[in-house]
Amino acid sequence: MEMRAAFFGKLGEMMEQDERICVLDADLGKANGTMKLRAKFPERAFDCGIAEQNMASVAAGMASYGLIPFITTFTPFATRRICDQIAVSIAYARQNVKIVGTDPGISAQLNGGTHMSLEDIGVLRSIPTMVIFEPVDEIQAVKALPQIIAHDGPVYIRLFRKEAPAIFPENYEFDLFKADKLTDGADVTIFASGIMLKKSLDAAEMLKAKGIGAEVVNVHTIKPLDTETVLSSLKKTKCAVVAENHSVIGGLFSAVCEAAAQHLPVPIIPVGTKDVFGEVGKLPYLFERFGMTEADIAAAAEKAVAAK
Amino acid sequence: MARLRRWPIIPLRLWYNLIRRIFVWRSGYSLDEICREIRRLTVECIGSIGVGHIGGSLSIAEVLKVLYFDKMKVDPANPKMEGRDRLIVSKGHAGPAVYAVLALRGFFPKDWLYTLNKPGTRLPSHCDMNKTPGVDMTAGSLGQGFSCAVGAAIASKIKKDKATIYSIIGDGESQEGQIWEAAMLAAQKKLNNLIAFTDRNMMQIDGYTEEVNGLGNLAAKWRAFGWFVQEVDGHDCEAISAAVDRAKKKRNRPSMIILHTVKGKGVSFAEKAGPGCHSMSVTQEDVAAALAELQ
Repeated sequence: MEMRAAFFGKLGEMMEQDERICVLDADLGKANGTMKLRAKFPERAFDCGIAEQNMASVAAGMASYGLIPFITTFTPFATRRICDQIAVSIAYARQNVKIVGTDPGISAQLNGGTHMSLEDIGVLRSIPTMVIFEPVDEIQAVKALPQIIAHDGPVYIRLFRKEAPAIFPENYEFDLFKADKLTDGADVTIFASGIMLKKSLDAAEMLKAKGIGAEVVNVHTIKPLDTETVLSSLKKTKCAVVAENHSVIGGLFSAVCEAAAQHLPVPIIPVGTKDVFGEVGKLPYLFERFGMTEADIAAAAEKAVAAK
Repeated sequence: MARLRRWPIIPLRLWYNLIRRIFVWRSGYSLDEICREIRRLTVECIGSIGVGHIGGSLSIAEVLKVLYFDKMKVDPANPKMEGRDRLIVSKGHAGPAVYAVLALRGFFPKDWLYTLNKPGTRLPSHCDMNKTPGVDMTAGSLGQGFSCAVGAAIASKIKKDKATIYSIIGDGESQEGQIWEAAMLAAQKKLNNLIAFTDRNMMQIDGYTEEVNGLGNLAAKWRAFGWFVQEVDGHDCEAISAAVDRAKKKRNRPSMIILHTVKGKGVSFAEKAGPGCHSMSVTQEDVAAALAELQ
């Protein structure tokens, strides 16, 4: 199932049980798959039109009434376009608004550079109290929702819209604030988020053939960073690669380096866009174009091991 | 047509004024006395730290008085009361005047006013709902509070609590695009529980609004955005009160009441400063002079 259908389907179920939940769109109800919710909950699910700044502050006003609004749009508009509204109306005012950004990073594909948010995590990570979560598959997205709703405060959900390779089984349970170790390895850690997790697992297989043991850790929640898991893995492997669908400035690589620099300085090599803008194209081309393939991750891991 | 429609309201206003005068006489206040007291406290509040947003605070004393002493269903002992009416002062820099009226209304002790902007204060320059009892929304980044008011009005409809949501925006603030995004959505959703005011004092930090980035015919703009629009003397409590009553009768539209005001109203040194009174230094001599003229 496409991740949007899974996520908003589950949200619709939760809206039936919890009358506080609302869904606001900015003319992307069709793209994000929230149209069905409007028919079912005409008061609590509605379109604000193409006015994201207003949508963010309107949501804050609704939250001041005890409601839990989810605002939804593409990631660049859900973050950099409304950065001040998120900082002031939502975070500073301590309003319980959830922000769903879809098509993160290069997954904007044919919408091209204008729609590629390669800095959104960096923008929001610097705002106090923000929680930043990027699910890797539909199971993780759906299982996170009750925890996101239970958390009293703003959460940014960086949601891949289309079908993603299944990583987790149906019975997967997880803690939103704990990183998941997927494979054990003693030589190098690969911290990965979103669509880069599958690539990291494939890279780990490639490394295995070369006799390098890679420990793949899914950092689904980039803020607050689970420093305990990050540091305990680094303590074992003494080097790492960070693979993310984001600029190497401000995102998961930065977060991991910030933790390591203070507690356990070891070589850490980034795989992500290298301070450049996105461009139009399909995913296979874009992975190649920005050096974000399995082979790039494996090469980065070898580099990290050599730098130990 | 508009004039024809309005004339039957006059007798109602007479009744209203009679009842209000009895109330005012019984409470020992004259109308203007409360507004003068709001101004005295505002000046003292800003004077206690020596600098602040005095102009746009003094210009909204009357509307604050009408709302908190007359129109709004609020409980100072229970500032978060469910179903209360709410005021979101989107021109958040008018904090000192808001604090003055909240203290007068009993939301917190008056001596808090002398802690404005001092370390650890509960009264920061711009309104903060998490710090000050009675403040319904944090505002300061212009344009945002007004959208929050639209959100609160939508939420009130969802919760069916029959509250009225009030909001005050600045005329300079109306240069923010977000104001007009919010205006469109409020009209689209027919928010008849939303009553907004524009403090039309014609000034902003850099000068006169019409010289910086002119707003032109604000009333026509709001009408074009689908709002019920009235224009009144913003220093006439009776006119403001009557306009609010008329706004409440609108069944299918949000309301904008444009308050024609004077920035720094009632305090000579502020009025004389013109646009310079947006934020200015206020010495103890200034405070003494202001208190003398506000007696």
